[in-house]
Amino acid sequence: MNKQFEILRQKATKRNEDLKSTVQIRVGLGICGESVGALEILNQLKDRIKSHDLSAVAYEVGCIGLCYAEPLVDIQKPGEPRIFFQNVTEDNIDEIIKLISENSNNFTGSVLGTLGGPSINGLPQIEEMTQWKYQTRIATRNCGTNNPNEILDYISTGGYEGLSKAISTMSPEEVRNEVATSGLRGRGGAAFPTAIKWGFLVNSPGPDKYILVNCEEGDPGAYNDKGILESDPHTLIEGAAIAGFATGANKGYVFIRHGHNGPIERTREGIKQAYEANLLGDNILGSDFSFELEVALVGESYVSGEETALMEAIEGKRAMPRSRPPFPAAVGVFGKPSNINNVKTLSYAPEIIRKGGEWFSGIGYGRSTGTAILCLNGNVKFPGMYEVAFGITIGQVVEKISGGAPEKWNGATLHRTVKLLQTGGPLGGVLGRESLETLLDFESMAAAGAILGSGGIIVGDDTVCAVDLVRNLVAFCQFESCGKCFPCRLGMTHLVEVLERISSGNGSPNDFKLMPIVGNAMAQGSLCGHGQLGFNPISSALRYFGEDFRIHIEENRCPTGSCIATFHRPTRTRPIASSGWYPGS
Amino acid sequence: MAEDIKSQIQRAINSQPQKTVTMLSCLLAVHDECGFIPTEAIEIIASKNDTSINDVWAVASFYTNFRFTPPAKNIIEICWGPTCHLMGAQQILSAVQDNLSLESEGDTEDGFVSLKYNTCIGACSQAPVITINHHPVHSISTDKILEKINKELKRKND
Repeated sequence: MNKQFEILRQKATKRNEDLKSTVQIRVGLGICGESVGALEILNQLKDRIKSHDLSAVAYEVGCIGLCYAEPLVDIQKPGEPRIFFQNVTEDNIDEIIKLISENSNNFTGSVLGTLGGPSINGLPQIEEMTQWKYQTRIATRNCGTNNPNEILDYISTGGYEGLSKAISTMSPEEVRNEVATSGLRGRGGAAFPTAIKWGFLVNSPGPDKYILVNCEEGDPGAYNDKGILESDPHTLIEGAAIAGFATGANKGYVFIRHGHNGPIERTREGIKQAYEANLLGDNILGSDFSFELEVALVGESYVSGEETALMEAIEGKRAMPRSRPPFPAAVGVFGKPSNINNVKTLSYAPEIIRKGGEWFSGIGYGRSTGTAILCLNGNVKFPGMYEVAFGITIGQVVEKISGGAPEKWNGATLHRTVKLLQTGGPLGGVLGRESLETLLDFESMAAAGAILGSGGIIVGDDTVCAVDLVRNLVAFCQFESCGKCFPCRLGMTHLVEVLERISSGNGSPNDFKLMPIVGNAMAQGSLCGHGQLGFNPISSALRYFGEDFRIHIEENRCPTGSCIATFHRPTRTRPIASSGWYPGS
Repeated sequence: MAEDIKSQIQRAINSQPQKTVTMLSCLLAVHDECGFIPTEAIEIIASKNDTSINDVWAVASFYTNFRFTPPAKNIIEICWGPTCHLMGAQQILSAVQDNLSLESEGDTEDGFVSLKYNTCIGACSQAPVITINHHPVHSISTDKILEKINKELKRKND
């Protein structure tokens, strides 16, 4: 065991024991909590603790994944399980304070349940709820529990043990072998085996090599990368350092979209603390291994999540994809060999090294080992971020975990059913109800024409019009086209026009022929996935919801009445010329 | 007297927290500081990065978060991404635009509100979502959101 690390761990254990002897109040302050007023609640709780002189500590945590119950506040008294209050408002604060000051167990507020121990007062146990029971939390193991701004919290729960083990007792090759044994595959969309990808970088000449972490995450409906960074940034920081050790890289960038302040600030703070603890920087934990890591920000551009465009953006240029070859492992960012991994992929590395590749490969299904981190949103009862082992069906995820389509109220309760799913980001396409049967693993999903992609699943109920949704998806792709390849730039614009025509009742039967011609040209003539897959939303919708299109075109009406209203979308464009542009020109 | 715009730009560029400084990182820093990219910044950034003003304009024109005129006092961003779309973003866009007498995104005539469409704020589980002066706000209904906007804006104005 590494001596430096042992000292850190003792410090962490001590802090953890001190914390456990007092009352802890955790407030979920991911962006899901923040948007429903959690920050105000945390501030008020802190004020009351101070003014009542209570022996309690209130602090922010990230997102535990149960976003539907936010703002979530949980109280943990010494030796007791955590008691979660859901949908807390400022009116509940008095009661929460009273629970601590009078040491009572009387709850009248809305209690979600208890976590981490036997049930008390007959409260439901969160472990028994479908939202939790079906989960296997690996990359999100600390989310909503650890203070994201406190490195010792992370170390006290086994953090940095993997890195310490790797650099003190393993060779880079052994680390790669362990990852190969685990069967870990990239979680950014392509599902490429991580150990093989790392192997490419090893063979590239040094000394400067880069590990790039992709948290651009522009996919609407996905927030798991940002969720990990804002809830537990150290799991990514440790994972990036392990990747650096395994590949011989000495530098890294965490690439985040500007404006997402939670993930940015917490990752920066995490990196700062890791440097101070000698877990990043020169001679990590007294070894020969040195690794630099910093946050690189990007402006608003969806395409910058594409690996070569990402490198352009890190260099500070327009985020436009490069031609390949040369591939990033040979010529990457700043012309140096680079390896790009998704946040989720690297977040598994610490636990894989700590517990072994065999352990990880025992979870999941077939060649899809481990877990999928899914973001359920749209027309579901329980939107949230859930980590499930591969091998259950999409239907179980949608119907059991996220509760299926919620009832609507229209003077009477109207029961709704799931009509469509939109997976893998806007380019992933639209799936019909039949895909609920699909098994959640990379191969089964690909066979069904679905992409797991970034893990976002947007659910639409039977009041949703497929044409209306596709119009939105294609308008998104049009707005976000970088403009480099003209088939994508012009094709998307053309397709939006056609879809707007169809949804306003002016479509013609000829449009059924026209759209695939445009889509095919885009697929053939574009450099990156944005144009190549840009027709996916329409082709998949035509396959599953051709009837919706037919009714619009032949009967000049929208079956659900969703297409009637004006469709607002941005009209801003990215000027095509890469120079010679001035405002107003 | 207000700080000279050029020294404000210099300060933003020189106080970036990360080691790697690029055209883009400078533009983002200036935008954070000033709320827009002043023309003066382009030249300063070009010389800082040893490049031409054409190259800086090329980068600035590409990313859709940059604006080149001072923003209004308050900035409201409304997400129109697919999840928010399903959950009623279009109705919110219509209502907010009517309320502000705007036809699409842009600034109100009194310079009080800048309205911007956003493709994803990242809080899809709370859709539909908007941000008021960069704070995400979950939107229960169009009435509630108008009430909230008016309250927030009034508070800031007082």
